[in-house]
Amino acid sequence: MEKKVLVNEERCKSCGLCVSVCPKHVLKISERLNSKGYHPAELFDNENCISCGFCYLICPDAAIAEVRRPEPVKR
Amino acid sequence: MKTVYKKPESITNKPTTYCPGCPHGIAHRLVAELLEEMNLTRETVIVWPVGCSVFGYYFIGTDAVEAAHGRACAMATGIKRTHPESFVMTYQGDGDLASIGIAETVHAAARGEKITVVYINNGNYGMTGGQMAPTTLIGQKTTTSPYGRDPKLTGFPMHVPEMLATLEATAYIARAALDSPQHIIQAKKFLKKAFNTQVNGIGFSLVEMISSCPTNWKMTPVEAMERIRQEVLPVFPIGEFKVAEGVE
Ligand SMILES: Cc1ncc(C[n+]2csc(CCOP(=O)(O)OP(=O)(O)O)c2C)c(N)n1
Ligand code: SF4
Ligand code: SF4
Ligand code: SF4
Ligand SMILES: [Mg+2]
Repeated sequence: MEKKVLVNEERCKSCGLCVSVCPKHVLKISERLNSKGYHPAELFDNENCISCGFCYLICPDAAIAEVRRPEPVKR
Repeated sequence: MKTVYKKPESITNKPTTYCPGCPHGIAHRLVAELLEEMNLTRETVIVWPVGCSVFGYYFIGTDAVEAAHGRACAMATGIKRTHPESFVMTYQGDGDLASIGIAETVHAAARGEKITVVYINNGNYGMTGGQMAPTTLIGQKTTTSPYGRDPKLTGFPMHVPEMLATLEATAYIARAALDSPQHIIQAKKFLKKAFNTQVNGIGFSLVEMISSCPTNWKMTPVEAMERIRQEVLPVFPIGEFKVAEGVE
């Protein structure tokens, strides 16, 4: 499935606020480095993300660029 | 996939100069989201302060001016009176608004200027290294209150919304907090009422936003948000202090 949370890694300052508010504990600070030397946040468990947007709401740097919810499956 | 949240267009691609985890960026995003949702971006003039948000005009893409320290409400008065069709707001820290600029703020409110003030209270002078502000809590250690703020020497924390709500001409006055997703959603609701107050020509509006300063509080961003809940909100409670008739 496509990612439910898109992180703009270059904007991220590794503050950890998104990780601290995620109710499903599906975000972490990654090992990677961006060009400023910060370790960007990463959605490591897309399946269990509930698209609540808490990470977006608390992110001070608009580094959580987008939160998306899967469309309900039509039967 | 359906988009539920997306970075507002008017948050520019320039990374901010704020420290990691500084809630100034959250307040910026709320302002930008509402200006877009209310279709105001093109007719907005933001008067920026002196303080960490002095470069705000690089981060929110609206027309803007930069005021001398504390004078944002005076400048906004002139702009709104000569351009009544523009949406005019100030964005100010607690040192800027409540210390050096308290006279301009109180008189703009007393005159009922039809401007909106976004007031960021992080309990100190962030930009200059964490000096005591009028909002510093009793016992709080800052570089100019190294033993903790002593009320016998420097008085008590200043509650700007409660003070301004007593003025006849103010229309919408509230206090919100930026520490949690729930409070941030509420902050946006309050800010929307403040923006509507100006759009509908009702009068002066102000929303204080309880913020943090992880760098000068010497805490991680997550610890600083926790301190807001544990220590700051009991002294500076969230709420609406004045809702004039017609405000929605
Ligand atoms: C006339 C004048 N006096 C003093 C200063 C120094 N100064 C710069 S920012 C600041 C205080 C800013 O604090 P605040 O408004 O709380 O903003 P913050 O950085 O905390 O967001 C001071 C005193 C100045 N730039 N100009
Ligand atoms: S949308 Fe909600 S569940 Fe998904 S990563 Fe963000 S905070 Fe966690
Ligand atoms: S809240 Fe934003 S800036 Fe902070 S770690 Fe998460 S994505 Fe990065
Ligand atoms: S010094 Fe404080 S208010 Fe200024 S950017 Fe850093 S954390 Fe934010
Ligand atoms: Mg301050």
